[in-house]
Amino acid sequence: MLLRLHQIDKFYSTGEGPLHVLHGIDLSLEAGKSLALTGESGSGKSTLLHLVAGLDSPDAGEIHLGGTNIVGLNDTALAALRRGTVGLVFQQFNLIPSLDVAANLAFQARLAGRPDPAWLKVLAERLGLAKVLTRYPEQLSSGQQQRVAIGRTLAARPRLVLADEPTGNLDEATGDAVLDLILSLVTETGAALLMVTHSNRLANRLNAHVHLQAGRLV
Amino acid sequence: MVWTGLTALLSHWRMRPVQLAMLLLGLSLATALWSAVQAINGEARASYDRAAAILGQDRLAQLVREDGARIDQQVFVRLRRAGWLVSPVIEGEMRFGDVRLRVLGIDPLTLPPQAQQVDIAAGDQLLPFITAPGVLYAAPETAARLTEQATPPVRVAEGLPPGTVLTDIGQAQVLLGAKDKISRLLLWPDQPIGRAPLKLIAPGLTLREPSETGDLARLTDSFHLNLTAFGFLAFAVGLFIVHSAIGLAFEQRRPVFRTLRALGLPARVLVLLLIAELLIFALLAGLVGVALGYIVASALLPDVAATLRGLYGADVPGTLSIRPAVWAAGLAIAVIGTLVAAAQSLWRLWHLPLLAAAQPRAWARASERALRAQGVAAMVLLLTAAGIAQFGSGLEAGFALLAALLLGAALALPLVLTGILHLGGRLARGPLAEWFWADTRQQLPGLSFALMALLLALAANVGVSTMVSSFRLTFIGWLDQRLSSELYVTARTEAEATAIHDWLAQRSDAVLPIWSIEGRVAGQPAAIYGVADHATYRDNWPILSAVPEVWDRIATGEGALINEQLARRQGLGLGDQITLPGGWRASIVGVYADYGNPIGQVIIGIDTLVQHYPDVSRLRYAIRIAPGKAEALARGLRAEFGLPAQNVIDQAGIKVFSLKVFERTFNVTAALNVLTLGVAGLAMFASLMTLSGMRLPQLAPVWAMGLTRRHLAWLELSRGLLLAALTMLAAVPVGIALAFVLLAVVNVEAFGWRLPMHLFPGDWARLAALALLAAGLAAAVPAWRLARLSPSDLLKVFAHER
Repeated sequence: MLLRLHQIDKFYSTGEGPLHVLHGIDLSLEAGKSLALTGESGSGKSTLLHLVAGLDSPDAGEIHLGGTNIVGLNDTALAALRRGTVGLVFQQFNLIPSLDVAANLAFQARLAGRPDPAWLKVLAERLGLAKVLTRYPEQLSSGQQQRVAIGRTLAARPRLVLADEPTGNLDEATGDAVLDLILSLVTETGAALLMVTHSNRLANRLNAHVHLQAGRLV
Repeated sequence: MVWTGLTALLSHWRMRPVQLAMLLLGLSLATALWSAVQAINGEARASYDRAAAILGQDRLAQLVREDGARIDQQVFVRLRRAGWLVSPVIEGEMRFGDVRLRVLGIDPLTLPPQAQQVDIAAGDQLLPFITAPGVLYAAPETAARLTEQATPPVRVAEGLPPGTVLTDIGQAQVLLGAKDKISRLLLWPDQPIGRAPLKLIAPGLTLREPSETGDLARLTDSFHLNLTAFGFLAFAVGLFIVHSAIGLAFEQRRPVFRTLRALGLPARVLVLLLIAELLIFALLAGLVGVALGYIVASALLPDVAATLRGLYGADVPGTLSIRPAVWAAGLAIAVIGTLVAAAQSLWRLWHLPLLAAAQPRAWARASERALRAQGVAAMVLLLTAAGIAQFGSGLEAGFALLAALLLGAALALPLVLTGILHLGGRLARGPLAEWFWADTRQQLPGLSFALMALLLALAANVGVSTMVSSFRLTFIGWLDQRLSSELYVTARTEAEATAIHDWLAQRSDAVLPIWSIEGRVAGQPAAIYGVADHATYRDNWPILSAVPEVWDRIATGEGALINEQLARRQGLGLGDQITLPGGWRASIVGVYADYGNPIGQVIIGIDTLVQHYPDVSRLRYAIRIAPGKAEALARGLRAEFGLPAQNVIDQAGIKVFSLKVFERTFNVTAALNVLTLGVAGLAMFASLMTLSGMRLPQLAPVWAMGLTRRHLAWLELSRGLLLAALTMLAAVPVGIALAFVLLAVVNVEAFGWRLPMHLFPGDWARLAALALLAAGLAAAVPAWRLARLSPSDLLKVFAHER
């Protein structure tokens, strides 16, 4: 099992006291499989994704990634995990505005110490970015920016791809095309995919689908 | 609508108190340094005006000798007999113990009412005034300085300029050792008709019209212009902070502007509201700034007063008075400065489409266009500087050259840094290094004004410290040459002087007279010294240019040496003829360095001096003796003649005193330099703090991709240090150019001497360390905040609701 979550609890402190965001979440995902995580706004989807990515830590429970419980790892170990094991695709794309498309695409792979120019070339072709490699992110359309973000993640060949509403900022046709790309590339690389989405239609295209409601899996 | 709009705009600052504090602080400090200089200058000028107005000089015409020499008292008698309504005045400098004062002697019986400085006729004051031992009237602060000294009775009189004592002309003649001599004659405004013409009765005299500006005001103009230039530089540096803070605030508020416009607020109203907001800030910061300026001025004024006294003999009180003009000028400069600093932002707001999103790269690209325009402006300014250097003349041209050079260099800085960062990016290996260089380049528009402020401050520091250190080195060498005698003695009377001379003749290697008269040479106030024909002068005198056998020609009375400032001001050179007091002429046989002296100086042979000026005061001597015996001789002199300690000074004592005066002269410059550097450091801090809030969207993805917050914080700190280091590197050549202009143009125009330039890389290294420390401190707070930022704050960047 690539990913296993056991009895995850998460609280946020607010002005009115602690807010219990996630209640005893249990979840698992095998390598090469994809899982959709749906739910209303505020149901805790993104929080769960951030916990898996090691961007935040749970208040209780265990997160096993590739056999290692990442809960309690220090900052440096979590950073190494994000560099080498997981890849993140954000709704807002979050490209690096000061780097051009080529540098953005290669960035994470190089950061992870796995630069692979041949694979990058393939990705750029597959993602339709070959002609915009010297442009800067702001000179691209939203769909192009999201394809750069996907390419950046997959270039590092992560074992787990975490996608947070990757098509949320795109129109339906572009969104479908982007998801097609993610799924096919994830399959080709043998990675697992955990995707947060509002859309049941998109969720149904993945191998499995779980729903979060008020911080509980239903 | 207006109030609602203003509330929405002001709410921005409630959310960003640090940014508001930086804006207000920048403006306050800029105003403070400017106001401090204005307050100091105002105080000094008021003092000069008082000095110029003494005895009604600003309202009464006077009769003086064309060559500035003293007039025989008989001339006064002749004029009175011929019907001229004139009143005699004698003035001169003298030392009471260790206090040097200007003594002004008047005749209370013939003094015109317009020249009444003190009501001497009141009560029973007249008799003690005109009879021995006389009375000295002095301003309260001057009277206080005289309490410990042996003087005639001192009475306090308000309204007299500091450093001046007023006494009866007879007493003054005794004190000044100028029996039957007067300096000038005051003319009553209404003169009898039909009196004999002046040429007939007193052919050597000339009429001088009343003048509102005294010699002091003219002499010290360059010093005050220097201070004003520094005040303006500090103000300009402060304005860079204001410009930067306003620019960032405008960029941050673009969504608010868009919303307000969408809700129906006209563009013109929006701009007016922003101007109103700026005016509120300007007035607030202006008030704080002027108050701070007074505090800074109070701290600096004692040194300025000491400088003016040491360098120009100008007495300025060491305390400040509150002047409404300084407050008004301070507030006006704050408002004008704010509007100038905001002009670009307001222009952009007026012209840019409001629907343009606030994206860092969009901003950077807009700045790239601005950068190109900036580059053109920099080029024009630097070419202008070169043009002025080639063809300009005068002190104003010197300062225009400095302004063009500094502003041109500051405007060129972002361009230069962009080039270096591009190069760094090309040479970088590894994704982090590439990102670091690219991201640093992207930060440049937000930081460029702070960096330009830093460049100005650092360049000013390099330039001024190079100038001061060059001056110090030259000055010390010059002192060694000039003060080659081991002891200097001043007798109290001529009889004592003769006795001392005879006593010393047996006990020393040489006794060299230091006798001089004051007068006018080529229309300028000057001192004429006589020197003995002795190896002391032949071997040591700091000659800049001379004809062969110059000292032989001086000794035979064939020629005169003049100081560099007289030569430069009057365009005099070797072989030129000058007319000396008394109307005789001498040929210039040499020019010598005479640093720190504001007036012209002429050196002739001692015999020639005595021949032309038989009444010359013969009180001072330089003594040559083996250095090891000097102290014993000084003790013997004091014991034999009962001379006060200050009348026998050894060479080291004079050097220490001279160097003290020198150091104090540049204390103010050094203080303004440090303050300017502080303001620039604050500019860095303000910009980095403001930018740190805007940086999260760029940093969070890198963090998410596997960099720790601490690593990112180190990179942010390194970025600040890198930019500061590059700015320092750029500041060195600009500073050297500045030093060159100060030494070769401004000093020559202002003081009349040109100094050789020496370079001090050790000082630059210290300054670089200081700049890096300042930049490090400025970058440390945002970096520390980043390192301590909770993941949830970074995660907000990825939140859908953002």
